[in-house]
Amino acid sequence: MEKMARVTTALGGNTITGRTMFCHLDAPANAISVCRDAAQVVVAGRNIFKIYSIDEDQFVEKLNLRVGRKPSLNFSCADVVWHQMDENLLATAATNGVVVTWNLGKPSRNKQDQLFTEHKRTVNKVCFHPTEVYMLLSGSQDGYMKCFDLRKKDSVSTFSGQSESVRDVQFSIRDYFTFAATFENGNVQLWDIRRPDRYERMFTAHNGPVFCCDWHLEDRGWLATGGRDKMVKVWDMNTNRAKEIYCVQTIASVARVKWRPECKHHIATCSMMVDHNIYVWDVRRPFIPSAMFEEHKDVTTGIVWRHLHDPYFLLSGSKDSTLYQHIFKDASQPIDRANPEGLCYSLFGDLAFAAKESLISSDSNRKPYIGDRRHPIFFKRKLDPTEQFEYISSSSALSVFETDLESGSMDWFVRTAKQYALAGRPLAELCDHNAKVAKELDRDQVAQTWTMLRIIYSSPGTVPSANLNHSLGKGSTSLPLMNSFNLKDIPSGIGNESRLERSKGESRSENILMDSSSTLINNDENEETEGSDVPADYLLGDVEGDEDELYMMDHENPHAEEQEYILPQEAFPLRHEIVDNPSALDHLQDKADSPHVSGNEAETVSLTPVESFSLISISHSLYENRLPPDFFSPIVRDMLLFYAEQGDVQMAVSVLIVLGDRIKKEIDEQTQEHWYTSYIDLLQRFQLWNISNEVIKLSTCRAINCLNQASTTLHINCSNCKRPMSNKGWICDRCRQCASMCAVCHHVVKGLFVWCQGCSHGGHLQHIMKWLETSSHCPAGCGHLCEYT
Amino acid sequence: MIVAGSDCCGCTGIEGYLPCEQCGDVRNKEDRGIKIPGQLGRGPSSFIPVEEILQEGTERAQRQLFIEAFVSAGRVDNITMVMGLHPEYLASFWKTQYLLLHLDGPLPYHKRHYIAIMAAARHQCSYLVGFHVAEFLKVGGNPGWLQGLHRAPQKLRNLNEINKILAHRPWLITKEHIEALLKTGENSWSLAELIQALVLLTHYHSLASFVFGCGINLETDQDGGHAFQPPSPRSCDSSPASEDGVSGSSGKDAMQEVEVLMARMKLLQECQLEEEGVTQEEMETRFELEKTESLLVAPAVDIAEHALPPNVLCFVEEPEFGYKDFTRKGEQAPPTFRAQDYTWEDHGYSLINRLYPDMGQLLDEKFQVVYNLTYNTIAMHSGVDTTTLRRAIWNYIHCVFGIRYDDYDYGEVNQLLERSLKVYIKTVACYPEKATKRMYTHFWRHFKHSEKVHVNLLLLEARMQAALLYALRAITRFMT
Repeated sequence: MEKMARVTTALGGNTITGRTMFCHLDAPANAISVCRDAAQVVVAGRNIFKIYSIDEDQFVEKLNLRVGRKPSLNFSCADVVWHQMDENLLATAATNGVVVTWNLGKPSRNKQDQLFTEHKRTVNKVCFHPTEVYMLLSGSQDGYMKCFDLRKKDSVSTFSGQSESVRDVQFSIRDYFTFAATFENGNVQLWDIRRPDRYERMFTAHNGPVFCCDWHLEDRGWLATGGRDKMVKVWDMNTNRAKEIYCVQTIASVARVKWRPECKHHIATCSMMVDHNIYVWDVRRPFIPSAMFEEHKDVTTGIVWRHLHDPYFLLSGSKDSTLYQHIFKDASQPIDRANPEGLCYSLFGDLAFAAKESLISSDSNRKPYIGDRRHPIFFKRKLDPTEQFEYISSSSALSVFETDLESGSMDWFVRTAKQYALAGRPLAELCDHNAKVAKELDRDQVAQTWTMLRIIYSSPGTVPSANLNHSLGKGSTSLPLMNSFNLKDIPSGIGNESRLERSKGESRSENILMDSSSTLINNDENEETEGSDVPADYLLGDVEGDEDELYMMDHENPHAEEQEYILPQEAFPLRHEIVDNPSALDHLQDKADSPHVSGNEAETVSLTPVESFSLISISHSLYENRLPPDFFSPIVRDMLLFYAEQGDVQMAVSVLIVLGDRIKKEIDEQTQEHWYTSYIDLLQRFQLWNISNEVIKLSTCRAINCLNQASTTLHINCSNCKRPMSNKGWICDRCRQCASMCAVCHHVVKGLFVWCQGCSHGGHLQHIMKWLETSSHCPAGCGHLCEYT
Repeated sequence: MIVAGSDCCGCTGIEGYLPCEQCGDVRNKEDRGIKIPGQLGRGPSSFIPVEEILQEGTERAQRQLFIEAFVSAGRVDNITMVMGLHPEYLASFWKTQYLLLHLDGPLPYHKRHYIAIMAAARHQCSYLVGFHVAEFLKVGGNPGWLQGLHRAPQKLRNLNEINKILAHRPWLITKEHIEALLKTGENSWSLAELIQALVLLTHYHSLASFVFGCGINLETDQDGGHAFQPPSPRSCDSSPASEDGVSGSSGKDAMQEVEVLMARMKLLQECQLEEEGVTQEEMETRFELEKTESLLVAPAVDIAEHALPPNVLCFVEEPEFGYKDFTRKGEQAPPTFRAQDYTWEDHGYSLINRLYPDMGQLLDEKFQVVYNLTYNTIAMHSGVDTTTLRRAIWNYIHCVFGIRYDDYDYGEVNQLLERSLKVYIKTVACYPEKATKRMYTHFWRHFKHSEKVHVNLLLLEARMQAALLYALRAITRFMT
């Protein structure tokens, strides 16, 4: 920017140096203001009114203007301003409605000069004319603005905003006669100082009070306003209508705004409540502040740039009774900490992913796949050459991935949701049914879980028996190994082309959002990495390679354990041909002790080290003949947590519902609620309204149960004119007739209303019932032959 | 055929469709010699003649509001009827209360009603307690809780401390109270929940003021709302005596009172400048004077402590904790709350809106509506600017709770508010359960009832704002 050069020149010989520093005040500050020469600052508050000189590395108290034994309310300042032309002249606004001017040149201890007691309510703001020495403007809670000539005793003119509470008044920097005033009702008015009868222009700037405004230092038409609605807006006043050109959304109501000198687009803000930081925004990048000062411990009440032409020094006063000088160099830049990545799904399941270019390009494998079906798009934002010094370069890469229809499909989810039985039958049947459903969808582990649940919880008589455990090994192949995605790309050449493509396209991104497709992908990967032909279904027995075994078990752990415990020892009719292979477990244990990883599984395993623990515990022999179901609840709980952790919240919720009270108390309410809401959310996304409703109904969670009762609105249309009924009870607004009249007794039906689908006449349930017992024609006499069944 | 069910009020079940069998004309039955309990009070308020409320109830906007209230709540309760005298306010009030009780919020529905019960019980307001007990059961609350506070979960019982403080001495609330509630543990509150609870508490404390201040009658279907016996003479000092107040010789005095009041208001509005000689010290003392004088206007204590119904008492712990003037002689007075340092518009709103979105907006609207509500009438005069009078009332109520406006001359209060009015305001704001019909009739004897209700609305909102400000300030201090 061309102004950059001017920074040093504008300051002339008077260069400003300093560091970030602060000093304690005795009381909270309400406002601060600097002297023209940038060497002194005045701090005013309810119980403080002092002048500090700003030295190289400290603030030094120079003068206490609060004199007298019993300080009167005139000293309790809401605002203070130092004249920019005359360094002896100050003005304060008192909370009791008095405007006071101070002359530092006075020889006496009391520097109070003039007292204007014209406002009836608190004065919120005072403002000196930028070039005229004797002109002072004030804005008060009583809705009036007054202009004072300091050579006279009274105000020269009074401006009525026709509204309550003026919050801020600011003389335009360039237009000699213009000033802006902001109001509690959200309006901003522009006035000509010569015309006190009527404002020149008015517009609504904010929703709720506008707390502050500031004219741009260079661009004469720009006015920034900040309001309670947490917005900072920049208005271009050059046009006929004030036009909003920038808008910054902050996180708390905005108490002050101040344009940064020498930086056309920068503005400093502080907030009224809750948030104690000072932000400097680039109005063109409204989502993240370009700099942030976090020193204050309570809300910042006053900010001011130390020198009119120096953009690096900011002074601030705060309710925490400190006065700070901030140096730009020490500001924290949130952008450094920001997550520079973005991810979004399109309507059709395509995925866009944007990240810093540097991140993307390091991943060189990604680029080559500018294939037919996905179009990674890269673009780079050109830096504005005229842009600021500390403007952070931003260049990013955007990639778009299309969904592979097959693998991305959530078919299994939908089908499971539809076919699961959750209530209405004995537990054993439910479990069996659900196991079957899962089995049909090739989700063997889930099926197995259901079977085991049946064994645990149904009565002993029906308990099948033994060797179930051994299915675990095989289950593993199809277990959702959700963590097994390689973040690195698989070296090309392995597996065939289509498979590779798929895993590349989805690997990372899908992994983050949902593991829905995990089952499938996972299978692929197994095949790919191992190159062996392990079919996805039950086929335990032939566990050949150690590595295979280990690979499976690592992810299997919680289950391995759990299944161990449940194992009843007696034999039971096998559902499948399963070879009992007791050695398999021991064998595994050994393996797990020494995390021996080899070959191409390295990636997979290393990603999930956490899971390879507790195999040791298996050797416990807990093989009691009959254990109470309670005994297993911790395990079942762990199992549910495991599924939920994996993202299969469907399983967690289904089991929760099916088991009902048996497991309910094991899991804390909040987790349950969380699962329910996630599942319901998923169901609704798939438009499975009925099922989601069923789940809500069946849930034992209070918070979920009442979902159905909240936010339900019934819209009623008039039966005569078919228009929506207003809330006027039983009479339609438009046709002035009673809606829903009973065709038999001609009274309004306020309870159950029954009507014929053929002729749409109807009435009280019992009346119609009686009527149609004796006659088959419609009671309304329309001739329709109604039927009542 | 299709059967559509819609549960309509009063008529439940299928029999409901039959024209007026059980809700048939009462007099009919009486004729038949069946003894039925009669309604205790007549109309919604025992202070205000029923004609007064219904006669003016023909305005369109008001009707619309009643219909809305009826459709959504299934009844038009007595509070709504009385507030209907000021439809503009009622709309805003209704919206706020609806959001507070029935729309999305951090607290579950039954807890909201339970908190309402706790709050109303502090002022022994059996009307509100009864009302919300019913609501509480309707939304599926555990009936066991209704046996008393000791049966409620610990989390709600923890609220008792600030409930007590906010009801009687809001200036005592500190950030330690907030901290105790929020500190993590089994029964801790989240900040959002706490805000809603605070709004509920303050809302129902001040609504209790309104109920007592306007002498709202129990609903017919509430316990004690009907009886075989005519009400005991205590609760309604015979009406002829009170109506005398307006007629006859004292009527003339009252007329004069109005004139005097108007003259003073005019004077204050015009000649602000005359006051210039007043020093700051004097202003200071005027506030202190007003504060201390409010001690003297405490109502006579001779009103017998009427026995509390046990179904209200069980929600109260430490019933002896009551309003206590903060400027007792010889005691360290808590520092005055400076209104400018923590205003509703700037600070309160921002905080609430952050933690309980929408509520800030609605409360803000409500405060604005009530603060600016005027018909430019005074008694029989119209075209009067009542700003000073309304401001005097508002600031006096805040003064009673220790909130001071720097830019207000408390001398005005003395000039504008007569003693009987001050007594009434102080009583209704601080110990509403002691308000009597005599107090109601004794102030502003020549004013319309709707204007007295207006005073009560100011009372309700000013009190609520005062308590909220104290509570929110404590939260702000906790957060920083």
